Amino acid sequence: MSAIYIWIETENGAAAAASWEALGAGKLLADACDVPLTAVIFGANAAALAADAGANGAAKAIICEDATLSAYRLEPYAALLTRLVQDGAPRAVIAAATQRGRELIAACAADTDMPMLPEALSLSVDGDAITAERAAYSGKVLSDVSAAAATVFITVRPRAFKPNTPQSGAAAEVTMVSPALSEDQIAVKIEAFEPAVGTVNLSDAAIIVSGGRGMANNPKAPPADAADPAVWKAQDGFANVLTPLAEALGAAVGASRAAVDAGYISYAHQVGQTGKTVAPDLYIACGISGAIQHQAGMRSSKVIVAINKDAEAPIFKMARFGLVGDLYQIVPALTAAARKRFNK
Amino acid sequence: MHIAVFTRSTPDTQAVVTVSASGAVTWGDAALIVNPWDEYALEEAIVQAKAANGKTTALAVGADMHNEALKHALAMGIDAAIRIDDPALTHADGLAYAAAAAAAVRKLGDVDLVMFGRESIDVGTDQHVYQTARRLGWTMLSHVSKIIAIDAAAKTIKIERLLEQGKQTVTAALPVVISVTKEINEPRYPTFMGIRKAAKAQIPVWTLADIGAALPASGARVIGFKNLPAREVKLELIEGTPEEMAEKLLDRLIEEKVL
Repeated sequence: MSAIYIWIETENGAAAAASWEALGAGKLLADACDVPLTAVIFGANAAALAADAGANGAAKAIICEDATLSAYRLEPYAALLTRLVQDGAPRAVIAAATQRGRELIAACAADTDMPMLPEALSLSVDGDAITAERAAYSGKVLSDVSAAAATVFITVRPRAFKPNTPQSGAAAEVTMVSPALSEDQIAVKIEAFEPAVGTVNLSDAAIIVSGGRGMANNPKAPPADAADPAVWKAQDGFANVLTPLAEALGAAVGASRAAVDAGYISYAHQVGQTGKTVAPDLYIACGISGAIQHQAGMRSSKVIVAINKDAEAPIFKMARFGLVGDLYQIVPALTAAARKRFNK
Repeated sequence: MHIAVFTRSTPDTQAVVTVSASGAVTWGDAALIVNPWDEYALEEAIVQAKAANGKTTALAVGADMHNEALKHALAMGIDAAIRIDDPALTHADGLAYAAAAAAAVRKLGDVDLVMFGRESIDVGTDQHVYQTARRLGWTMLSHVSKIIAIDAAAKTIKIERLLEQGKQTVTAALPVVISVTKEINEPRYPTFMGIRKAAKAQIPVWTLADIGAALPASGARVIGFKNLPAREVKLELIEGTPEEMAEKLLDRLIEEKVL
């Protein structure tokens, strides 16, 4: 019997938030095709996560808790998912378009010789064909891509689909499977792992506070031994002006390419064509003019707030709310007001 | 050691890309550039080949617009460039690209390491990278931020990967396919002599028959491109002292249900 398979990504036994969105995307297809929604979960704690998947709309779960799958590696994960697809012939296999999801889904599509719809923003079913709307040219245009095959592999862009509403008491019917590869068949060995500290996680953020070139207008005097006073001012601004606002709002910190290239903040924070593409509910652009390549990365934000000295800056053309003025006066006032209201 | 590195030409990152009335994607008179992520792969290929006294080949799959990227690669110091082109590749999806790319690597014969930039900014995906590795049957190591050691004699590689969850050090057996991130190096600018030499280079073209590639039966098909829906925003200016602006903005954001 056919189904829609959703790969639930895990790290240390916890599911990635974007995987529940993939389950939401899967529900749309499962209902349209009238087939069951099946969560596929590998690694430690898979059985407990299968219960969460049931509450989040999965009718079935296929799990494997083998030690070879405890830390994600492409080889054993792809080998097992490919075998499950060959055995179960699902109509579609969906994962969140994270680093791991993109690589795993692409690998299994290649292994089974089936087409892939990468980073879907929306999905529709028409007879045999599944069509995805997706961004092309780094979000400057959209394209519709269609595939008709026994199984279609799909990744969904984080924050493009809503998770299902959890139903307490709903349980998935669980099947336990054995791994496809044994440890001696796996070429890649993990020697060391250093977890990211202060994870940026821009892709999942509901609110992003972003800084640009204007961060260099910090009125604070740099120390005499600062190598580059402008860079010091901007770095201080990101750390001590923008980050407190982000903390008060529960937001992630982003940056324009100009700010990253100038060394104001690390590349992990870059939003735009050669950085991250984001789609938060709220995007607060501070001292960002809004170059075309930055717009490409953030224009799907629901509400954009622009704070900029220059009333002619292109960012105001995309903004819902505009605050013309010095970000170094406005942002601290906003932080204080937000702290007072939200008690943080 | 022979390193193969894939590249392609893309419109400049500053280009305004739109869809014309006929449905074609256009970027006006904006220049073609080498896909920005590929510069890191090209640089790393040159550095690693030099260290191992090996050679480098740049490959592009697609139409002659990709000669731009291959000439940039040659100007940087890549030893040879080859373009894979065939009418059957006109509407190639990621898997068709991978079938051609893998067959070309096999035809080169002695490749130990295939490199890619982390993704292509035009198609906006990294699907073809992983699928090329699977078509070759080689180990895939994505998002490599540092090559710690390559032992050509023992055929092993040790690298550092920059993942969403943290930094991972892994070892694997050659041959491998890697994709690199911008932390790996600082790409060089082509020299004047390099540019002159590359301008004169004749880039050979291999067809699918030349490399013995068979494309997958069913592919994903682009039905069409469309412009982004206009952002229906009416700018509301918030004025006053910074404190007044802050209070007014929070009120409005709560009303819009984004706070």
